[in-house]
Amino acid sequence: MTNNPMTDKPYSNFKATLAIATASFRSIIRSPSSVVFTLLFPLIFILVFGFISGGSVISVDVGVAKTNDTINPVYQALKKISVVHLIYNQTPRQMEANLKKGTIDAIMNIQKNTAPPYFTVNIQSSKASGDKISILKSALNNIFFVINSHVPDAPPPVAIIKESTVQSREYKTIDFILPGQLGFSLLSTGVFGTAFVFLSLRITLVIKRFFATPVKRYSIVIGEALARISFALIGALFIITIGHFAFGFTLVHGFLTVIDMLILSFIGVVVFMGFGFTVSGIAKNESTVPPIANMITLPQFLLSGTFFSINVFPAWLQPISRALPLTYLNDAMRKVAFEGASLMDVSHQILILCLWGVGIYFVAVKTFKWE
Amino acid sequence: MVKQPIITVKNLVKNYGDFKAVKGISFEVYEGEIFGLLGPNGAGKTTTLEIIETLRDKTSGEITVDGFNIETDAASIKKRIGVQLQAAGYYPNLNLTELINLFCGLYGIERSPMEMLEKVALTDKAKSKYKELSGGQKQRFSIATTLINNPRIVFLDEPTTGLDPQARRNLWDLIRDIRDQGTTVVITTHYMDEAEVLCDRVAFVDGGNIIGVDTPDNFIDKLVESGFERKKEVKLANLEDVFINMTGKEWREE
Repeated sequence: MTNNPMTDKPYSNFKATLAIATASFRSIIRSPSSVVFTLLFPLIFILVFGFISGGSVISVDVGVAKTNDTINPVYQALKKISVVHLIYNQTPRQMEANLKKGTIDAIMNIQKNTAPPYFTVNIQSSKASGDKISILKSALNNIFFVINSHVPDAPPPVAIIKESTVQSREYKTIDFILPGQLGFSLLSTGVFGTAFVFLSLRITLVIKRFFATPVKRYSIVIGEALARISFALIGALFIITIGHFAFGFTLVHGFLTVIDMLILSFIGVVVFMGFGFTVSGIAKNESTVPPIANMITLPQFLLSGTFFSINVFPAWLQPISRALPLTYLNDAMRKVAFEGASLMDVSHQILILCLWGVGIYFVAVKTFKWE
Repeated sequence: MVKQPIITVKNLVKNYGDFKAVKGISFEVYEGEIFGLLGPNGAGKTTTLEIIETLRDKTSGEITVDGFNIETDAASIKKRIGVQLQAAGYYPNLNLTELINLFCGLYGIERSPMEMLEKVALTDKAKSKYKELSGGQKQRFSIATTLINNPRIVFLDEPTTGLDPQARRNLWDLIRDIRDQGTTVVITTHYMDEAEVLCDRVAFVDGGNIIGVDTPDNFIDKLVESGFERKKEVKLANLEDVFINMTGKEWREE
């Protein structure tokens, strides 16, 4: 048969996968919504928070040393002040490390003295604490004023403050905001992008038309995934680059840190795509995608430490935050970028992300629909 | 010339739950002909076509396509057929050239997109998106995608539905060209005038059964022999002839 090309060479699944990946990538970069959600929104948030920078103090986190005297009046008064958030459950080494990276603002150790001043409030802070330390000082001064004036022969003060600072890198708002925005970008491209594409390919019969060609199902999934992952990683690189050069985002080990962040981004987007596959299977039509996808992305957007540290949430909310995959991605990103942690150091976070991945792909395989 | 069957369907049955969509039909399609499956909506035309195209599982029956069994050799069949689906879309945000390239990748062959678009007179739309095309252009592009792998058989599911008379005629010319190149064409339609001028043989499908297979001429002759007469006096032209005569035959690009 002269018009029979199939005898020429064996069919290449690799070429078919690549053809789908190319087509999908072109389609993604021409789709306004994917560009807006993956690049524009995160950049706008970075811009906004980059300029507000540090002004929005919500609370002062103070680590309480184990040797701290807890029955003295200064301590009791401090407990009642809402802006001061006292932390008891950390070891001295943890506190010191947290102080350096700015997750706590000060370490406090109140000592009881036999002679006046009867109480010495030792406060250790770091550059990362920024102006939060002055909030703590003014709170203490208010307390002292009240306590000192209770004593009849006023002059010898009952309590004084002793300050010391530790050297550390300056922890900027961008160092907190950028990893959160990066996580958000990966979450939205993974969930919304994947869900919309597979649903629309299914209902417009594009996939059915594909099935009339020799292409394998796995080629379609892998091709689509390759395109989306490439797009997400290029987006991540773009956000990190802008953050670093325009807003001074800290990359402790420079380029190596970027590579580690991209590896984390890869793990993140693969896990989030699992949610996308699931949503595309559950959704009946295009208008049911946003509500279902929002049910997955919004709680994570708000509760996973994208904008605020999850430490500021009420105690009952924190376990929920600590159950969400984005929390661990954000956490790992911040540790890698600012503290210079290696991927091994964040293996706990990666493990939890991977567990989410296994779980969600199990559900995705059950719910995914081809037709 | 001895007619070689290229598609053989024997006792094909398809049930969707309790609903019997196809109730044991048998027919043959000969190599090099335009074969029409005719019937009202819901008769089982599309279901039958999709089973032959390996897109849908059958309940029972036997089908061979170009010597391959659909059960055991679906992959070989996919390589040698071209399929146009009713109302199928194309990958979003891509232009026609990129779509042809995508299909070349899916079939694992290299063809020049311009060569393919030339076959259906769409070279000037090479950089347009599919959704920007007119109805007739969309159908022509769909047909171009079915020809990429030099198929032995192409399946066209209601390609002319919704087209204006010029676009319809120009699609008929295209379909005849495909047949003249040696490709077998299986087409579904519910326009009898179209089947009469286009198809070499037709099968009537109704309620999941085939109620007759023959050439259009033979069907008409048999009916006339039985004493049938049209109620209205037959004129030498119809209204569509008038329309084409007044508006011209050239392709309209709306």
